[in-house]
Amino acid sequence: MTSAVSFQKVSRHFGSVRAVDAVDLDIVPGEFFAMLGPSGSGKTTCLRLIAGFEQPTSGSISIFGERAEGVPPYRRNVNTVFQDYALFPHLNVLDNVAYGLMVKGVGKAERQKAAEEALSLVRLPGYGARRPGQLSGGQRQRVALARALVNQPKVLLLDEPLGALDLKLRENMQEELKSLQKALGITFIFVTHDQGEALSMADRVAVFNDGKIMQIGTPEDIYQRPKTRFVADFVGSSNVLPPDFVQRYSGQHRWGSLRPESIRIGRAAKGEGVAARLVGTNYLGATTKLALDAEGLRLHAIVPAGTKLPAEGEAVVLTFNREHLHLMDEPA
Amino acid sequence: MRSDGSQSAPLGLKIAAACGLLFLHLPILLIFVYAFTTEEKSFVWPPPGLTTQWFAVTWNRPDVWQALSLSVRVAAISTAIALVLGTLCAAAVSRTKFFGRETISLLVILPIALPGIITGIALRSAFSLADIPFSFWTIVLGHATFCVVVVYNNAVARFRRSSGSMIEASMDLGADGFQTFRYVVLPNIATALLAGGMLAFALSFDEVIVTTFTAGQQQTVPIWMLEELIRPRQRPVTNVVAMVVVLVTLLPILLAYYLTRDGDQIAGSGK
Repeated sequence: MTSAVSFQKVSRHFGSVRAVDAVDLDIVPGEFFAMLGPSGSGKTTCLRLIAGFEQPTSGSISIFGERAEGVPPYRRNVNTVFQDYALFPHLNVLDNVAYGLMVKGVGKAERQKAAEEALSLVRLPGYGARRPGQLSGGQRQRVALARALVNQPKVLLLDEPLGALDLKLRENMQEELKSLQKALGITFIFVTHDQGEALSMADRVAVFNDGKIMQIGTPEDIYQRPKTRFVADFVGSSNVLPPDFVQRYSGQHRWGSLRPESIRIGRAAKGEGVAARLVGTNYLGATTKLALDAEGLRLHAIVPAGTKLPAEGEAVVLTFNREHLHLMDEPA
Repeated sequence: MRSDGSQSAPLGLKIAAACGLLFLHLPILLIFVYAFTTEEKSFVWPPPGLTTQWFAVTWNRPDVWQALSLSVRVAAISTAIALVLGTLCAAAVSRTKFFGRETISLLVILPIALPGIITGIALRSAFSLADIPFSFWTIVLGHATFCVVVVYNNAVARFRRSSGSMIEASMDLGADGFQTFRYVVLPNIATALLAGGMLAFALSFDEVIVTTFTAGQQQTVPIWMLEELIRPRQRPVTNVVAMVVVLVTLLPILLAYYLTRDGDQIAGSGK
């Protein structure tokens, strides 16, 4: 099967900065794909390489089997939802949405009808006559989405699409984007630095760091079986355990990771486990996050709210299921 | 001290403000009044009588028409040159980063910061060094030096305010470079260009110093006026022309002000 987007050893260097460094990537048609990473990790540059705003320094990119190097953005069947939405302030909402069809020479009646339909799709019917300046942030986001979708792209790129929205709106849009993607069957590629967003929305996630992909996999893979310390720490703030510590519990001298929710807390008197001291508690509503100090090793545990907790500074014993201790590939 | 609208300013301050405004604008009114006087050799107050005959006299003077026509043509062509060059330069400086960008930005603005007399002398010696005879085009060149600045300043301010990703969005949606310029860039900078263009036109229209150095025998309106003031006869003709100049230059500046008052300043209007 042809990949929707395929990267072969793609690099993009800006002077001495390797923004994207020998990246291999295959995105399946119809997939909801997330590029996750801290700022400056190269994920946005990857998106811009697909859109055509950047050209690779080396390597090759193909979009549905066609070579993409040297093809300008306006000849690619790919559309982008920009982080700042980039709506045209001098056009009303309907003309904004119809813009792509207008420059392709579609007749006025036809393109306005298509734009109306796209606006209904993002649940903004009848907003066509307004100016972008009269809309709220969430509405602008939807207009930007409609403006991209009206061109029926094969791939839709979303650059931090929910970054500027408040929490409640963001959660609504997450669900909406996901159901929209299912209904349309278009390949969605979205860039985010929010691991929760990536895990909840995407079919597969690529974790970026320093211009390289650290790991690609399903959200469960990434969360439960991180391959490197970086992934374990960045996705879900796992406890990263040094090889010496891991050897005591698994017999292997390798880096390990342990999810904070896998750790159970017991009274110090109660026998075996890891001896530790409770340093701080952090109430999060449904759960409580505990900061622990196990002989100099900083650990975090998450326990359900209402669990009876020892006082801060008290000695405790930590236990965990051996299966939950994940051994990472990274060499010790 | 508080300045809420309800509080009235002290009487002394009001009088001082009124005097200031009168001092600024009364002389302009006097010019208008003398356009109607019956005394043609000198300006006496009060005017011995009022007449509208000077309008007819002005209308029939070919030298007035020549000067006006030259001024309008010079202003129009300098403004056209400035619109093209100023916009291109503003786009380059605000859209891309390159070596020497700040220097270029400064060099473009310099002609308006330099005294006109320096620009004038510099151009005159350059023309004579290169053996270029004074003509209509040497005046246009002289005026274009400061017209470009006005357009550039207005365009740069607008480019900075508009989102850079708009151009990328347009390309992304299938528009090539020309379509992007036509449908996205131009509509967004149009009012800034109109304002800059009108200001440039007004500046060129009443320019004296640079013109003196770059014109040959030709007379633009301001130069014609200076000459006219020395002559003893038909003095009110100058006043009639002055009234026309006030209208021709004031209206565009007012329009430019209203077009750009939302946030933008009419950059470079201090010349």
